[in-house]
Amino acid sequence: MALDKDKTRYLQRLEGKTYFMLGDEACAYGAIFAGCDFFAGYPITPASEIAELIAEELPKAGGICIQMEDELASIAAIVGASWTNARTMTATSGPGFSLMQENIGYAIMTETPCVIVNVQRSGPSTGQATKPAQGDVLQARWGTHGDHNIIALSPNSVQECLDLMLDCFDLADTYRTPVILLMDGEIGHIRESVTMPDLSSIKHVSRKLAKPGEQVFGGDDLVPGMIHYGEGQNVHVTGSTHLATGMRDVTTPEVHDVLVKRIYGKIDENREKIVKVEKDLTKKKKARVGVISYGASARPSSGAVKMARTEGKDVDFLRLITIWPFARTQVAEFSKDLDVILVPEMNLGQLSREIERFADCDVIPVSRIGGIPHTVEEIYQAIMEAV
Amino acid sequence: MTGEYRHRMMDYVREEIMPHRFCVGCGCGTVLNVFTNAIDGLDLDPAQMVCVSGIGCSSWILSPYFKSDTLHTTHGRPIAFATGVKIMRPDLKVIVVAGDGDVSGIGGNHLIHAARRNIDLSVFMVNNMIYGMTGGQVAPTTPVGVKTTTTPHRNVEPPFKVAELVATAGASYVARWTTYHVFPLMESMQNAINKQGFSFIEIVSQCPDNYGRRIGLKSGNDFLTRFRDQSIRIEKTKDMSEEELKDKIIIGKLRDVDRPEYVSELHNITTEQVEKVKKEKVN
Repeated sequence: MALDKDKTRYLQRLEGKTYFMLGDEACAYGAIFAGCDFFAGYPITPASEIAELIAEELPKAGGICIQMEDELASIAAIVGASWTNARTMTATSGPGFSLMQENIGYAIMTETPCVIVNVQRSGPSTGQATKPAQGDVLQARWGTHGDHNIIALSPNSVQECLDLMLDCFDLADTYRTPVILLMDGEIGHIRESVTMPDLSSIKHVSRKLAKPGEQVFGGDDLVPGMIHYGEGQNVHVTGSTHLATGMRDVTTPEVHDVLVKRIYGKIDENREKIVKVEKDLTKKKKARVGVISYGASARPSSGAVKMARTEGKDVDFLRLITIWPFARTQVAEFSKDLDVILVPEMNLGQLSREIERFADCDVIPVSRIGGIPHTVEEIYQAIMEAV
Repeated sequence: MTGEYRHRMMDYVREEIMPHRFCVGCGCGTVLNVFTNAIDGLDLDPAQMVCVSGIGCSSWILSPYFKSDTLHTTHGRPIAFATGVKIMRPDLKVIVVAGDGDVSGIGGNHLIHAARRNIDLSVFMVNNMIYGMTGGQVAPTTPVGVKTTTTPHRNVEPPFKVAELVATAGASYVARWTTYHVFPLMESMQNAINKQGFSFIEIVSQCPDNYGRRIGLKSGNDFLTRFRDQSIRIEKTKDMSEEELKDKIIIGKLRDVDRPEYVSELHNITTEQVEKVKKEKVN
C-alpha cells in the first residue's frame, strides 16, 4: 500500500538518516516505514520497547496505538482492524505468544494479513524473562492447532529488525496470512547503527482486492482477493470451515479439504518466492564442514567461521533469514558436498531437526540455553572438532 | 389462502441460508426478530453496520443470519475483535451479539475493560443462564443449586449480575430485558445503538432443549411465563430488600450517562500529533 500523506510527511524527517538504537526501536520504525496503521499490544519483556516507541511515534504518522487488557485481546483487535483494509501488528514475547495462538489460527483460517513480532526470551514458562533465547522456533510453525502454514523471519542485526518489517507486511498482504518476526531478546536489546530507508526505494505491495460479488475465501487463485468491511458487500468472516463465499459448511468433507489445502498451499507452493537466505561459501569449494544459523546465533557463528578460515579450514556458512517456510532446497543444495553441518541455536536443537530432514549429511546441533548467546570460541571449537 | 409467507423482516436476513437452526422455543429467533425491527425502526442501513459474534447459539443470531458485514470470532473474544474494527472505522455501527458464557464467562475480561474504556460499541448479551450449544453445562449466570451436565449434584456458585457489573465498570448505557418484553427491548436496542459510548443490554432468554427441560420448563412459553412473572421494573425496586429481590429479574434501564468515548479520544491524539508534525515541517 502506498504511504499516505500523513505517513509520508512523518517519514520524510527520517529517511536516509543514520541513528544508533535498540533492535526493538528499529522494529518499531520499520513498522511505520512499512505503513502500519494500527498497533495493539500488551507489555512484556523484552518487547515492551516496541509498543512504547510505537505509542509515541505512530500517532505522528496518522496511526493509532493502543494497549489492550491482555495478549488475546491484542491479537483479536489487530485481526478485526485488518478487515477494514488496515496494516496491523502486535509485539510480544514467549508467554504472550503462547496466549495468542488461538487467534493466530483464526487469522490463518480467515486469511487475515497481520504482523506478529515475537522477541523470544528464555523459557519455558516465565523462564528467564530478561534473557534471550530462540526457543519458540517450532512454536511459530506449529503453535496453533490444526494443519496450517506460516511465514516467519528472523533478523540478525538491528538494521534487519527494521528492514525485515517491510518484508513482513508485504508478505502478509501478498499471501493473506499472519507473518511472524522471530526476533530474540539479544537483537531486540542491543544498540547498533541503523540507516532509515529512502522512501523512493520502498516498493509498495498492496493486498489483492476482489470486486463486488467475487469470492473472498476461495476460487481459482491460491490467494483470493479481499473485500473489506464498510463497502456494503455483506462480507462474512468466520473461523469455521467455510465455502469460497465465506459461509460456514462444516459437514461437507470436500469443503474442508479444499479450504485447508489451499490455505496450506498458499505458502507451500510459493516457497521459492518467499524464502530468503544469506550464503557465505568458500571460494575454493573444498569445504567439508558447514554452519547453518539464524538470528542472534548467526553473529558468533559467522565470527567462528571467519576464525576457522584464518586457521586454513574451509567452512561454508548459510544464514537463514526466512525460518518458515523452511529453506528446503537451499539447505539441500548447501549440504551437497559437505560431510557435516553444525547448527548453533539458542535452544535444544529445534531448527536442526528440520535441517536434518533435508541435509544430505550429518547434522550436529550446537545448543546453548541459559540466557546467554554462544561465544565465537565455543562455535569455533565445535567447528574444529568437526573438521 | 395460497401464496408463500414471507417474514416482514426478511429483507434484513441472509435469505439463502434460511431456515435458521434455532431449536423450537429458543429465544434466539425472538432476539433476531426484535433486532431487525429495531434497525428497521431506526432507518439504519445495514451497509453501515458490522455485526460481531463469538461462539455459541446466541452468537448465531446476527452472524450469519443478519445481512450485513459480519465477523464470527473465537469464543469470548467478539468485543476485542470489535474494538479493532471500531477504532479503524469509527463511522460504522459496530454491534456485538453473543451469549452469557461467551461475553461474561470466557470473555468477561474483555467485557469489563470495554465498559471501562467506554468504547462506542453496542453489546447485547443474550443470557440463557447455561452453555446451551455444548449441551447444557453450568455458566457464570446459572442460579445456585441447579443441576447441569457439569454440576450434576448441584451448582454451588452464585451467578453474576452481569448488567450491574457492566454498569459499575463504567458503561454509558445499561439495560436488562427479557425475551418476553419485546417492545421495550426493541426500543432499548435503538437507544443503545444511538448512544455514543459503551451500551450494554442483558437479554434474559430461554434454552428449552438444553436447560429448560432439565429444570421443569419444557417449552419456550414456560420460560416466557416465568420471565413475565419474575420480572420487576427497576423503578419499583427502590425500597425493596435484597431478600425480597432474591428470585426477581430486575428489568429496565439501569444506567444512562454521558462520558468521554474511547475511540474519539484516540483519534484526537492522532489528530493532535499529525498537526504537530505539520507545524514542524513548515518550520
